[in-house]
Amino acid sequence: MRELLAVFRRELGGYFATPLAFIFIVIFLFTMGAFTFYMGGYFESGQADLQIFFNFHPWLYLFLIPAISMRLWAEERRTGSIELLLSLPIPLWAAVLGKFLAAWVFSGIALALTFPMWITVNYLGHPDNGVIFAGYIGSFFMAGGYLAIGSCLSATTRNQVIAFVVSVVVCFLFTVSGLPLVTDFFAAWAPQQVLNTIASFSFLTHFTAITQGVIDIRDIIYFFSLIASWLIACGVVVDMKKAG
Amino acid sequence: MQTANGNNPAAGDAMIAIEGLTKHFGPFTAVDGISFSVSRGEVLGFLGPNGAGKSTTMKMITGFLSPSAGRASVCGHDVVADQLAAQRMLGYLPEGAPAYGDMTPLAFLKFIARVRALKGAAADKAIADAVAATELQGVLEQPIDTLSKGFRRRVGLAQAILHNPPVLIMDEPTDGLDPNQKHEVRKLIARMAADKAIIISTHILEEVDAICTRALIIDRGRVVADGTPAELIARSRYHNAVSLTVGGQVTIAAAEALKALPGISSIEINPRGTETTFTLFPVQQNAISAEVKLIDAVADLAREKDWTVRALYGEPGRLDEVFRKLTRSDTADAPGKNAA
Repeated sequence: MRELLAVFRRELGGYFATPLAFIFIVIFLFTMGAFTFYMGGYFESGQADLQIFFNFHPWLYLFLIPAISMRLWAEERRTGSIELLLSLPIPLWAAVLGKFLAAWVFSGIALALTFPMWITVNYLGHPDNGVIFAGYIGSFFMAGGYLAIGSCLSATTRNQVIAFVVSVVVCFLFTVSGLPLVTDFFAAWAPQQVLNTIASFSFLTHFTAITQGVIDIRDIIYFFSLIASWLIACGVVVDMKKAG
Repeated sequence: MQTANGNNPAAGDAMIAIEGLTKHFGPFTAVDGISFSVSRGEVLGFLGPNGAGKSTTMKMITGFLSPSAGRASVCGHDVVADQLAAQRMLGYLPEGAPAYGDMTPLAFLKFIARVRALKGAAADKAIADAVAATELQGVLEQPIDTLSKGFRRRVGLAQAILHNPPVLIMDEPTDGLDPNQKHEVRKLIARMAADKAIIISTHILEEVDAICTRALIIDRGRVVADGTPAELIARSRYHNAVSLTVGGQVTIAAAEALKALPGISSIEINPRGTETTFTLFPVQQNAISAEVKLIDAVADLAREKDWTVRALYGEPGRLDEVFRKLTRSDTADAPGKNAA
């Protein structure tokens, strides 16, 4: 636990030691606002809720989250500091989890800084704040899911660009696996059961369910098990690399 | 088993014990059944050409790579089965002294202290001691990325010695340092040597003579020599040879006269500018008295013939010559060194 905290603090501090954190947060807030107000037609919709705002989250995360996760392990491999990290008395799970949690908290900070949205919508009307809260929870879990995927893929390479591109592709597949784009491919030949299973992996399905204001335990379990699986895979990848 | 140390009767106080350690990277064997042990008070110099397996061996001891076969233990803790306990006992300076470049040395050392379970006043003292020992006071608040190579190396050293570990493993600790810094680092290692077991790898042969109590030469993943620096030097063909440099005209007759001295097996002649150096190899290479007698004889001869003697001395031997004789793997086809 002490090692986990040490890694967590170092990683989180690492974001703010460079302009990276500030640039990321500014771009994150700017694109969130731009998409919601201009592309989403927020004012034209005449609705005092954040549905439009949340609808853009999966698509923005698709590019912004791999930008956070790509450096998690690839950067350590490139600079060689991974040799230091892995020769310190830190259990592997603590290193994997500490890095992931730091990235997750960082994305949580960026997400929390969208609070002017929430103020705006409360100023303009009387939204259901429970639904908005659920939306934030769902968005945070989804960010965790993307980060876990990105973390694992970052561990496979020393090249951050590769880590980024592969993460975007894998995250994309997880995002859209419930959409016809993917299901049509399987629909022709796979049994309905397989189809349902693939669709159930979709971030969108679970995220949309939560943003409706219903925090179903199954959706939470989905995100937790997804995060856990990818983090375990991340640990396995890091461990396998030790074998040469 | 490459050396006799596997069954060393004193193995009880061996802080580092390596047995048949092997590492394959695909078809390439980087380390091939190395065995040795290091006791408290020993400074083991790890020598070998690039790609010989020095770094790979160190990476296995420190837990960064897992061995393909064989065993290694640190203070009795197996580095695979009981990895964290072994890692707590050792300080490690990886090759190139990697660190987190966006951190300052102070923040970096605080992170290491936290990981090493040093808290409060104990952590402050450990950091202050390590900073003093490596003379980092002036750069504590600068990002490590902006530091010179020498300072970065010292940050790596400070990190390795922070928790005063019983076992220290340093991969080329003086690489990239200027002569003054090299001297400081060697002094630091010598100061710590008494109550620790230390392994350093180096390309600098003089360093072995300066700080190591024992040297291990490895080549293509195998131990090819293991002994004190003096023992290794004694394997040189120059060991106890006598070198005579004379100025002015050199004649064939002079060489003939030297060759005629008793106890000489062969002679080498190197003309250089206005001088000529003769290297005389004694018949009984390992008898010290023979060398002394030979020097006396050469001195007498020089006086008698009225040569202008510029230098006359007995050679202890040449470590670089022993090194070259024993190793051949510094060729371009030695991959896998940085495979991880």
